[in-house]
Amino acid sequence: MTTDHLDGNTLAGPLSEIFAVDITAATGRCAGCGLTGPVASLHVYGPDPGFVARCPGCEEVVLRLVRGPEDAWLDLRGAVSLRIPLTNGTSPAS
Amino acid sequence: MERPPRAVRRPRWLAARLAAVRDETANARTLVFDVPGWPGHIAGQHVDLRLTAEDGYQTRRSYSLSAPADGERVELTVQLVPDGEVSPYLTKVIEPGDEVELRGPLGGWFLWRPERAEPVLLVAGGSGIAPLMAMIRARRAAGSATPFRLVYSLREPGQMYFADELRRPGPGVDVTLVYTRATPEGWPRPPGRITAADLGPYAPADCFVCGPTGFVEAAANLLIDLGHDPARIKTERFGPTGE
Repeated sequence: MTTDHLDGNTLAGPLSEIFAVDITAATGRCAGCGLTGPVASLHVYGPDPGFVARCPGCEEVVLRLVRGPEDAWLDLRGAVSLRIPLTNGTSPAS
Repeated sequence: MERPPRAVRRPRWLAARLAAVRDETANARTLVFDVPGWPGHIAGQHVDLRLTAEDGYQTRRSYSLSAPADGERVELTVQLVPDGEVSPYLTKVIEPGDEVELRGPLGGWFLWRPERAEPVLLVAGGSGIAPLMAMIRARRAAGSATPFRLVYSLREPGQMYFADELRRPGPGVDVTLVYTRATPEGWPRPPGRITAADLGPYAPADCFVCGPTGFVEAAANLLIDLGHDPARIKTERFGPTGE
């Protein structure tokens, strides 16, 4: 097992530029092996030249994110679905 | 009245002025920033920190918040990574009055909320203690009676962060220190990597594991072997170097 990766928690900042809600708490399903789990638990390589997030079960690529000066490229090829919690916000007031 | 849509609370870069510094070890320190406009945060969340050089070159890193929300005050605890690009500046150079930019709070998964009453097991490897310390402090600030247990793996006694606080953690917080290389004199446990015996006996708990990647993988597997429900084990990895 390699230990040169981070995990999906580190995507919270970069993905906050794109999504209005926190995606790291969302539950994803891997298109490779069907494993479901939080985006936060993905194995993440990066940040340069971009982030690559792999399934902790089968190591298939679930998500890629590259941030350029003008735009962001988000590739979700390995995610069958994302179930995104909308009521359990991360505001201290919620 | 309904709360405003969450989109308006999207994290943005905020100017942060260093207000105070506390040394934790010879190579780690806590940075206290004043951040006008800071929206508050939940224990376990982190920030992205951005530095901009005079020529416009920018670099950013993620750091855990090591204390709960206190108005517009924000505390990060940073460990020096030799040959790192950012941590040498943050641990050796930056002085009160200097400015950086922070984006946060970030992360909606590795969180502990004081209204949660389930017992908590915290497992820290090295500088992974930082977000777990925020949880211990948030528990105290809220007057919570939730049972907490911290198992803190560290290389040797001089590497202990938040040492005064963790030696007197207060009622309901149990602290177990696991030394991996060298122990204080007369310490009953020989130095060595964390084992199931250090984490046991099993009792149902919300588990939070934070540290270098190898440590997190090993500790999470030990927790599962002990009988913990994988769905109640939350992990945060710093990577091989912490930077």
